[in-house]
Amino acid sequence: MSTRVFVPADSTARSLGADAVAEAVAAADPAIDLRRTGSRGLYWLEPLVEIETAAGRLGFGPLDAERASRLFAAGAPAADHPDCLGLVEELPALQVQQRLTMARVGLIEPLSLKQFEDHGGFEGLRRARALTPAEIVAEVTNSGLRGRGGAAFPTGVKWRTVLDAEGAQKYVVCNADEGDSGTFADRMIMESDPYLLIEGMCIAALAVGASRGYIYCRAEYPQAIANLSEAIRLVEAAGHLDGFRLEVREGAGAYICGEETSLLESLEGKRGMVRYRPPLPAIAGLFGKPTVMNNVISLATAPIILARGAEHHRRFGVGRSLGTLTVQLSGNVRRGGLFEVPFGMTLRQVLEGLGGGTASGRPIKAVQAGGPLGAYIPPKHFDTPLDYESFQAIGAMIGHGGLVVFDNKADLGALARYALEFCAEESCGKCTPCRIGAVRGVEVVDRIRNGEQAAENRILLKDLCHTMIDGSLCGLGGMAPLPVLSVMEHFAEEL
Amino acid sequence: MRMSEGGGGRQGLGPTGAASDLVRGIVERHRSLEGPLLSVLHTVQDELACIPPECVPIIARGLNLSRAEVHGVISFYPLFRTAPPGRKVIYVCRAESCQAMGGIELEAHAKKRLGIDYGGTTADGELSLEPIYCLGNCACSPSVMVDGRLHSRVDARAFDQLIGR
Ligand SMILES: Cc1cc2nc3c(=O)[nH]c(=O)nc-3n(C[C@H](O)[C@H](O)[C@H](O)COP(=O)(O)O)c2cc1C
Ligand code: FES
Repeated sequence: MSTRVFVPADSTARSLGADAVAEAVAAADPAIDLRRTGSRGLYWLEPLVEIETAAGRLGFGPLDAERASRLFAAGAPAADHPDCLGLVEELPALQVQQRLTMARVGLIEPLSLKQFEDHGGFEGLRRARALTPAEIVAEVTNSGLRGRGGAAFPTGVKWRTVLDAEGAQKYVVCNADEGDSGTFADRMIMESDPYLLIEGMCIAALAVGASRGYIYCRAEYPQAIANLSEAIRLVEAAGHLDGFRLEVREGAGAYICGEETSLLESLEGKRGMVRYRPPLPAIAGLFGKPTVMNNVISLATAPIILARGAEHHRRFGVGRSLGTLTVQLSGNVRRGGLFEVPFGMTLRQVLEGLGGGTASGRPIKAVQAGGPLGAYIPPKHFDTPLDYESFQAIGAMIGHGGLVVFDNKADLGALARYALEFCAEESCGKCTPCRIGAVRGVEVVDRIRNGEQAAENRILLKDLCHTMIDGSLCGLGGMAPLPVLSVMEHFAEEL
Repeated sequence: MRMSEGGGGRQGLGPTGAASDLVRGIVERHRSLEGPLLSVLHTVQDELACIPPECVPIIARGLNLSRAEVHGVISFYPLFRTAPPGRKVIYVCRAESCQAMGGIELEAHAKKRLGIDYGGTTADGELSLEPIYCLGNCACSPSVMVDGRLHSRVDARAFDQLIGR
C-alpha cells in the first residue's frame, strides 16, 4: 500500500507555503497517497507534514518545498529521521490540550463526509433527533455552555427563549463574522471541519423548531466561505439536512456586523445599523421572527454535548466557566496558534508554557484579551485564571478567546489611540456616545500625547470613556473605552 | 469586490446596454432570496469589479427599494466600491496582532513603495492599496492578502517580492 501523507490546506498553512510543499511531496514520490487536511493550529510548525504509520502520524515541520523534496527523495522518511518531530498526537502542544470542539480539526480532509462520520460526525445530531426539543435544550443548558462569541450568555437559556417563542417561522443564525483581531478559531472550524458547524446548526434548529438557517461569514475569509458552501451542497445532496434550509451569506468588511442586531440588519440586506433592544432577537430577530444567534464555536460545541452528554462537558473547566476555551495566541509570541484547553489555566501558563514567551525574545509588556474592545493586561495580572469571572474581576474579558501579546517595545499609548480610532471607523453611527465620542476620544488622546494640558485632558478622557460606556447602544461604543482605561490604569506613563 | 479578486482590468459598467442587462440578470437570479441586496451587490462587484453608480437605479427597481436605500447600503460597507480598483488589490492588515509584529512599519513601507495612500491606485492602474482589519491570520502576523491569498510574516522585503517591484 502506498504511504499516506497529510499536508494542511488551511489558509494560514497555505500562506506559509503548504501548497508548494504538497507539490514537492507529490513530485518526489508519485506513489504517495497525498491528502490535504485542515491545520492542527500549531502554526509555528506549519507547513506541518504528517506521515501515516502503524504507530500513528509522524510529524515533520516547518517545511518548505525544498526541504520537503529532500525529505521525500528516497520515499517517505521514518521516525528515526533527524527532522522527525515524533508522533504528532504526542507533541507536548497537543498533549496539554483537551480537544472537544476542535477534535477533528487538522485530522481529516475537511470535505470528506466519510472521514467526518468515521471520526464521530453526526453522533450528536443522531442523538438529538431521538430527543424532544425541550430535552435537547435541557442537555445544552445542563452542559453549562456559554456563548463563545464574547458575551458568554448561557446557550441553553437562549435556545429555551426561542423554543418558547410563538412563530411559524424561526431561524438559526450563525455569527461567523469573527472580526476580533487575534482570533481565528471560527475560521479554522469553517475551513477545516465545516460539517461540524452544519451539524451544530441542525441541532439548534431541532431544539428551537427552526426551518431555515444562515451562516453570516465575513468576506475576509474566502476559503471558509468556499469550504462551507461546498460542505452544505454535499451534505444536502447526501440527505442529511432533513428539510432544514441552510445558506452562507457574506459580509462586506464591517466590524459592527458581528454585533448581533447589526448582523441581522445586514442579513436582511440593509446597512448594519444596531437595533434597540428589546425586543430580543430571540423573540423578534431575523425579519422579525424568533431567531437563535450563536457564534461558530458555540454551535460547533453542541454536537459533542449531545453525543457525550451534558455531564461530560461539565467535567472540564472551573466555576461557572465550563468546558473548554479555544485559546488563540497571536501577536508577538514564539508559538502562535490555537490551543483548546479547559477553562482555568492561568494566563501565565498559556503565555509562557504554551506560547513560549515573545517571538522577539524580549519581555512581555502586555496582553490584549478579547479583541479590539478588550483590556490591555499587565504582567502583574498574569496569574489570573482563564475563566469569565476571574477576568471580569481584573477589568478584562475573555471574549472570543484571543490573546494578543506585545513585547516591551510596544507603544501602548498608540494602541489606546488605535482602539478609539477603530471605534470611530467602525461605528454604525446610530448612537451619539459612540459616533462622536470615539472621534473626540482620538483628539483628546492626541492632546495628551502631545503634552497639551495633559492632566486636564486625562480627566476629560476618563470622563468621555465613562460616557461612552454608560451611554452607548451596543458593545462597540460600550467597550472600546476599556483598552484605553486599562492603559491609563496600568501603563500611566504612556497615556 | 470579493477578497478573492482584484479588478483584473475590468472596467465597470461602461456605456453599453449589455452591462445593464447583466445587472438585471443578477437581480433576477437573486430575487427569490430572503434579503437579497448584499448578495446582489457582491455578485455585481464580482462581475464588474465595482458597483457603478449607474447600476443603482436598476438594482433599486428590481428589488423594489429606493435608490437611496441601495446607495446607503453600498456606502455603509467598506468592501463595496463604486469605481474599479487596480488590477490587483493589496489588503494590508492594520489590526492589533499585526501591529505587535511590525504592521505599522509594513504599512508605512507599502505606502512609500507604491507611492499611494490607502484607497489609492498606482498610476499604471496595476495595484490598489486597502486597509483591512484582521485576516484571521494573526498567529503569523503581519498579514497581507492579495487575490484572496494570504501572506504571512510580511516584512518590507517580502512585500516587495509580493508586488514584484
Ligand atoms: C461590536 C461587537 C462585535 C461583535 N462581533 C462578534 C463576532 O464577530 N462574532 C461573534 O460571534 N460575536 C460577536 N459579537 C457578540 C454578538 O453580539 C453576540 O453576543 C453573539 O453572536 C452571540 O452568540 P454566542 O452566545 O454564541 O456567543 C460582537 C458584539 C459586539 C458588541
Ligand atoms: S490582526 Fe492581522 S491578521 Fe489578525
